[in-house]
Amino acid sequence: MYQPWKTAKPYFLAAPQTLVFLMFLVFPIAMIFIVSFWQFNIYSMTPAFTLDNYIGVFTSGATLPTYLNTLKYMVLVWSLCLAIAFPVAYFLSFCIQRESLRVLLFLVCTIPFWTSNIIRMISWIPLLGREGLVNQLLLNLGVVSQPVEWLLYSDFAIVLGMVHLYNFFMIAPVFNSMMRIDRTLITAARDMGASGWDILKEIILPLTAPGIAIGSIFVVTLTMGEFVTVRLMGGGQSASVGKLISTQIGSVQYPLAAANAVVLLLATFALVIGILRVVDIRAEL
Amino acid sequence: MPKFTRRRLIQTGLAAGAAIATTRCGAQTDAPVGTPNNPAPGPEVNANKMKDVTLRFIGTGVAQINDIRDKAQEDLGFKIELKALSTEENNQIAITQPGQYDMFDGEYFSLPLVIPSGNLQPIDVSRLANFDKIVPFFTTGEFNGMPVEKAQGTAPIKVMYLKDKDSKEFSATPTNWATMVPFQYNADTLGYRPDLVGREITSWADLFDPAFKGKTSILDIPSIGIMDAAMVVESAGLMTFGDKGNMTKAEIDEITAILIAKKKEGHFRAFWKTFDESVNLMSSGEVVLQSMWSPAVTAVRSKGIECIYAPLKEGYRAWGGGIGLSRSLEGAQLDAAYAYLDWVSDGWVGAFLGRQGYYSAVPENAKKFMSAEEWDFWYEGKPAAVDMVDPFGATLEKAGAVRDGGSFEERMGNVVVWNSTMDEQVYLVQKWNEFIAA
Repeated sequence: MYQPWKTAKPYFLAAPQTLVFLMFLVFPIAMIFIVSFWQFNIYSMTPAFTLDNYIGVFTSGATLPTYLNTLKYMVLVWSLCLAIAFPVAYFLSFCIQRESLRVLLFLVCTIPFWTSNIIRMISWIPLLGREGLVNQLLLNLGVVSQPVEWLLYSDFAIVLGMVHLYNFFMIAPVFNSMMRIDRTLITAARDMGASGWDILKEIILPLTAPGIAIGSIFVVTLTMGEFVTVRLMGGGQSASVGKLISTQIGSVQYPLAAANAVVLLLATFALVIGILRVVDIRAEL
Repeated sequence: MPKFTRRRLIQTGLAAGAAIATTRCGAQTDAPVGTPNNPAPGPEVNANKMKDVTLRFIGTGVAQINDIRDKAQEDLGFKIELKALSTEENNQIAITQPGQYDMFDGEYFSLPLVIPSGNLQPIDVSRLANFDKIVPFFTTGEFNGMPVEKAQGTAPIKVMYLKDKDSKEFSATPTNWATMVPFQYNADTLGYRPDLVGREITSWADLFDPAFKGKTSILDIPSIGIMDAAMVVESAGLMTFGDKGNMTKAEIDEITAILIAKKKEGHFRAFWKTFDESVNLMSSGEVVLQSMWSPAVTAVRSKGIECIYAPLKEGYRAWGGGIGLSRSLEGAQLDAAYAYLDWVSDGWVGAFLGRQGYYSAVPENAKKFMSAEEWDFWYEGKPAAVDMVDPFGATLEKAGAVRDGGSFEERMGNVVVWNSTMDEQVYLVQKWNEFIAA
């Protein structure tokens, strides 16, 4: 009786997680995939196998600009998140010596998560709005004579909102990777005459790559599916694939929304695979 | 010796998952405990059984209010559960999850989507106590020969009746089988900030006035937003429609092209989707002129900011809400549902909603529950004799104020278009997405 138990044990241990994954991830995605081939009219959908929804997705005049727009947000948000997260994580892990201060400052990075999404969005209006704080400051300083309109309900606002929301998803893995770097490596490099720039380029950057890759996966997937921030910060005037899908769901066009979701899923998969190709997360963990 | 293989484990897991899923689905269709299957003939007998009944409502936020539920439970003796949803979610649940509700509190323009699903049962008009007192533009399509009689869009009268007891087809003429019993509705128009606009707004076309470039907004809900846009485009003389409420593909193409051009000029500041967003846009001054819902105007005013709900020369865009019965209701539950339908028309709800500016489907009953001053202000268009206080205690209008647009007849009589579900709805949503993406 010993032998089968030993064989089965890992499966039993993995079973709860597997079941949860099957029921709440694989099953819904499979359903979305199936529904994306169904027929629909204004009030109902019927099981069928039709490619009309996909043809609709690829021939609609909205698809290409929407995807390009979403990709634009993704690239901007990702690069800004990385540009902010790397120095922040570097500062936390290499410049701060006291452990307690480091933990405290790391917690400070989580402040954007302390309020609900909706409240955060609304609170941008008094800051960035036409009569908001930033505009009043600029007017009083005489920098501008008319309130700056593009601060709110613009691409700028959307990217700002998303960077604000998702930066922590980049900071945390990068910080984690940096903390695992063996400090003696840096000491050794310095002893051998490496400059600060050399250390950064030859030691810290390669060893932080897995963290950057993990953070990138978080930021890219979150940004690709984003629709709430796009709607609220863009004032409903900007498109993203997530928002397109939500409009279709709102109008009871599930099969079309499902087809769009499948296309979006594949596009996001391609991006994630691309990231994993560049950096082998497992080998460097 | 039995050996566990990966495949075996996955198979068992899948089977278990499927079993759980089926039992869960099965459980939802069960009727609540305590409902006998055979309907009793006399109301005396039912009165006792009704105590065990629970009616589950889904509806938009307007009437899914705890005060209404509490009063109904007190008056009727059975339990009521509310669920407040957005218009879109409400439609989705009504169509796709019939087991989730007993009573559908929805809008008339949703009916072309909901009725074909067969999830609502026709209402036997002869069982309703107050049906003949309902405002005639719901029941006969007539209203003193005023413009509302010819209003375009999904006017309630077009979807009020079904051909027969089991029909899913709308009847153009009155029958004994109704889709919903109306109880709340209003005439919508443009709202504006007089302090920032600097002149009187008198036409829908003013929304496209270059003077307000970058300071206007419309709704981002296709069925409603397109109607406001159509009013604007038509009154600005930019295009004409055969029927604004049922546009052809060519008309949809034309109007979205106009909207896209305006959007690219930067004419709109934002599009809004929820009530709160429209209030925020207006009170922050980001937007000075936009399509609005009447309680949103009230909400802006209650912050001490002047906001006018402009009566426009072209007329109003209206919406109407009513209550439909789920197909699954039967026996004592169905009797309770009919009792609720009579109660909702009896006046208390009408007065409660009337104090927030909505209209009752049976004004004469609502009048019984309103003070003479309230009635004069909200329905007659007369100056408020005393401060107008809403049911939640907030003062909406000071004494002396007059309702924007005037009396009930002036406002509802001049409705020229209703919120619409068009035959080309799928195409409309596609073009609307292109407009948003442009």
